[in-house]
Amino acid sequence: MNIVACVKRVPTTEAEVKVSGDGKALDTTGLAYMISFYDEIALEEAVKTKEALGAGEVTVLTLGPADGTKEIRECLAKGADKALVLKDDAWMTRDARSTAKALAAKLSELNPDLVFMGRVATDRDNAAVGPMTATYLGWACVTDVVGLELSGRDGKARVETEHGVETVEFALPAIITCNKGLNEPRYAGLKGIMAAKKKPLDEADALAVPNQANIVEIALPPARKDGRILGEGAAAVPALIDALRNEAQVL
Amino acid sequence: MTQAIVFVEHADGNARRASLECVGAARAAGADVIAVLCGAGAAEAAARVTGASEAIVLGGQAEYSPDAVAAACAELVQARGAQGFFAAATYRGKDLAPRVAAHLDVTPFADCIGLTAGANGFEVRRPWLAGKCVATLGSSATMVATTRLNVFKAATEGAPASVAERALSAAPKARVTSIEAKASARLDVKEAPVVVAGGRGLQDAERFKVVEDLAAAFGNAAIGASRAIVDAGWRPHGEQVGQTGKTVSPQLYIAIGISGAIQHLAGMRTSGTIVAINKDKDAPIFKVADYGIVGDAFEIVPALTAAVQAIKAQA
Ligand SMILES: Cc1cc2nc3c(=O)[nH]c(=O)nc-3n(C[C@H](O)[C@H](O)[C@H](O)COP(=O)(O)OP(=O)(O)OC[C@H]3O[C@@H](n4cnc5c(N)ncnc54)[C@H](O)[C@@H]3O)c2cc1C
Ligand SMILES: Nc1ncnc2c1ncn2[C@@H]1O[C@H](COP(=O)(O)O)[C@@H](O)[C@H]1O
Repeated sequence: MNIVACVKRVPTTEAEVKVSGDGKALDTTGLAYMISFYDEIALEEAVKTKEALGAGEVTVLTLGPADGTKEIRECLAKGADKALVLKDDAWMTRDARSTAKALAAKLSELNPDLVFMGRVATDRDNAAVGPMTATYLGWACVTDVVGLELSGRDGKARVETEHGVETVEFALPAIITCNKGLNEPRYAGLKGIMAAKKKPLDEADALAVPNQANIVEIALPPARKDGRILGEGAAAVPALIDALRNEAQVL
Repeated sequence: MTQAIVFVEHADGNARRASLECVGAARAAGADVIAVLCGAGAAEAAARVTGASEAIVLGGQAEYSPDAVAAACAELVQARGAQGFFAAATYRGKDLAPRVAAHLDVTPFADCIGLTAGANGFEVRRPWLAGKCVATLGSSATMVATTRLNVFKAATEGAPASVAERALSAAPKARVTSIEAKASARLDVKEAPVVVAGGRGLQDAERFKVVEDLAAAFGNAAIGASRAIVDAGWRPHGEQVGQTGKTVSPQLYIAIGISGAIQHLAGMRTSGTIVAINKDKDAPIFKVADYGIVGDAFEIVPALTAAVQAIKAQA
């Protein structure tokens, strides 16, 4: 089976945000990066699926900067067979449509049976690239998957909604976006790290697609008004009740 | 008048509150709303979508298919020349909107906390980096967006003048073949007006009960959790609040034994009123809290529960 795991380089979750001088972009100076949290789960599911089938190949696909290869080598160390970087130094400023169109163009060439993506990339929190890419390609897509079973060309996925657990049946080719709970991503072992050095890591130019959305303004969230400590221990409960009833009016 | 199509979820013959908030958001942005519904009971619920001037029921397929429904919604947007397609930022809405957007070849916006009419079409405000900043975005093409729960006022007046049926025509690529409803009727953390959240300060899964008791006393509260205790297996991931969990904006958020790591704050800092209970007076959670009590949760929370019970008993 030909499997692709799409991973994105995003700022670390500890990152503090600064806005650029014109108020229309993020100031990225000094930002540290990581592979988006859910993409680690996508990669793990790709490798696990290949291992369970005992056959196939896992390609890591990213649209990102050429110098982000450290993270991509790590994906290879965790069991992917090869990697392809669609180079774009402005990857972070692409809107979801632009990224999805570039990934769809490459995926239709790679012609995989199964593509794993993250539920959401922890940068703009779009949660859109998976279902958009699938729609452009005319493939099935199940989002936020927490359980997956494959038999031949058919799949069954489990998703958790606000109201319960749903089973979704689909046929390949498909894009699965992965939620926490689907698996526990592995760490790269020494053997994997050594093996990764010899695995192919190719580069290609990313399809240029102008953004469709226009950014009016990026701002820091309004500061919360100053709060106060009402006291210590259970003795402060009446003051809290009073504040919730009469000041905040939420009780 | 600008027109917007709003995907409306429903249960027991009524539109869900989250969807009515979405209708309310579109109305407040000056749009005339056409509600779209599907699934068993849709016709009954369609007639009761407050705020919509018209409703359309997508029929003909017994099982929900996100791709077939998305194709039908996109066709509808095009047929009506609608300037907006909106849904609540629920599982269903967030799954559907990007597909509709791809059909229309526009970029979608998830979890919007603002929706307004700009000079050249709708504008949205939405958090990036889980709320570390807020982006205002515009589009001169059709705006496709999902609205965050508990942010917009639900539409409360008016009913559709007509309810029409339309057949789903696209062959489904994925189908929902079974739904196991949640055992408890407990509210989801994203939907509840009150969230009582606990963290590692509660010591262990059993002693977390003080949090459950407080939530029960409110009656309209959901339980939230920090990642530390989800990873430890005390609580399910569905309750995790934060950058790698859910982002919530309840009217009242009570954080108990939660330190307030940046990834947790990202998920709850837009809540209406924030209360923190923590034994460490320097815990970062107090920086975003409106009201704080310093001390032992096992002493404070039962007293708070008793006080809330007393008030609810009077009401
Ligand atoms: C990639 C990544 C993603 C993450 N995503 C999330 C996320 O989505 N959500 C999230 O929550 N975290 C997330 N985290 C983890 C986050 O960094 C913190 O580790 C976590 O939030 C801490 O949980 P906590 O506050 O329960 O525990 P702690 O930080 O251990 O805090 C426990 C608190 O309880 C207090 N306490 C102890 N005993 C008592 C008592 N008896 N009474 C009252 N108070 C008491 C202590 O003073 C302390 O402040 C993420 C981390 C990473 C690296
Ligand atoms: N630049 C990118 N390169 C590779 N995969 C991406 C990229 N952007 C998004 N994705 C994939 O799409 C998922 C959802 O991203 P998003 O829609 O931006 O939240 C991510 O978790 C990735 O799996």
